[in-house]
Amino acid sequence: MCLGVPMQVLEINDDMVLAEIDGVQREASLMMLGEPLVVGDYVIVHAGFAISRIDPAEAEETLRIMREIFQPEDMA
Amino acid sequence: MKFQDEYRDRGLVQGLAAAIADKARQLPEPVRLMEVCGTHTMAIAQFGLKSLLPEQVKLVSGPGCPVCVTPVSYIDHAIALSSLPDTVITTFGDLLRVPGSHSSLMVERAKGADIRIVYSALDAARLATELPEKQVIFLGVGFETTTPTVAAAILAAEQQRCNNFSVLTSHKTMPGPMQALSADPELKIRGYLCPAHVSTVIGSDAYLPLAEQFGIPCVVTGFEPADVLQGVLMLVRQCRTGQARVENQYSRAVTRQGNAKAQELIRNVFEPADAVWRGLGVLPGSGLVLRKSYAAFDAARRFLVELPDSSEPAGCRCGEVLTGRIAPADCPLFGTVCSPETPVGACMVSSEGSCAAAWRYGMQ
Repeated sequence: MCLGVPMQVLEINDDMVLAEIDGVQREASLMMLGEPLVVGDYVIVHAGFAISRIDPAEAEETLRIMREIFQPEDMA
Repeated sequence: MKFQDEYRDRGLVQGLAAAIADKARQLPEPVRLMEVCGTHTMAIAQFGLKSLLPEQVKLVSGPGCPVCVTPVSYIDHAIALSSLPDTVITTFGDLLRVPGSHSSLMVERAKGADIRIVYSALDAARLATELPEKQVIFLGVGFETTTPTVAAAILAAEQQRCNNFSVLTSHKTMPGPMQALSADPELKIRGYLCPAHVSTVIGSDAYLPLAEQFGIPCVVTGFEPADVLQGVLMLVRQCRTGQARVENQYSRAVTRQGNAKAQELIRNVFEPADAVWRGLGVLPGSGLVLRKSYAAFDAARRFLVELPDSSEPAGCRCGEVLTGRIAPADCPLFGTVCSPETPVGACMVSSEGSCAAAWRYGMQ
């Protein structure tokens, strides 16, 4: 029941969005989301609600840190 | 899928696993790390992450599956409500097969009770407006990710003057059970992989008391394989250097303060109360009940039904599985009389339960 998935916003209609993952489309309410969205944003959808917007800069930073772990000085 | 595939990269996962093995060599003693989120449990089993960890790092599952921690008495209450005339019970699918003391919602549905699965609490409220001659009761179970969705459904019903919608609530909060487990010296938990989506709502600062009072490192961690391994690496680093801080691996979705709008929804409709957790008993202030001003939406207050003396299924050790005391395979019922087809305990029923994960993916 506690399944949250990252989905891309396809349409925004007032307080609802249409979002998509792997070809599956779902409507999600924006009643729980405090930050503004634009089409193309990624959100985490849980039980019919967008609960969080995914921050692309933070996502990239996390990947950068993960990749840096390969650096020899860290492995020493 | 963006924000998913890149965190499943084989090279990235292997690099992180190698880094954990390297850092773990410098640990003074083996460490037990607990994940407190059903989706972590499933991800760890599904991607075989335990097989990538060195002997010094042991992952155990905690009380992170909301269906699993819901006590039998709640299921008994829901079953009793389902026997009322002109009543429709709406629920997330996971609850349907959880055994109560004498029956399950699934069995009651087969016998004729009107029990329907919904995807969202809003769908349940909508159904109530479509069926004005019926009473529609939603089974409100879950942590801070689900509670605001139930609050939103109640507010929507109130706005539409819908007086045939109500909720049987059993909402619980984090990190209460983590504090209870931290105080147990027998468990020897040395670090927490804190739940990802719950933390989008409550924020990573919610774990500060845990780190400060109990000296246990906490890392808010995402769900993809590389996320989980990075979370483990961050915990191992803290253990190695004797630190106990709150770190946020899942910064792409979680902030320190959390989702203020979702917190406000909870606060407007619910208030804290003591709650019963399977395996942990009563934890003070760890639950949420409807405020008096929303009593009209409280199914427990509106419909008085006779409740049986609730009892756990004989031999079921879900309580010990939920607190990391035993692994699913240590329960004598696991795989013998208890399987996903014929579950005895809640941990085998829910798609996020430790026993269901162990059965499905053959781990532990």
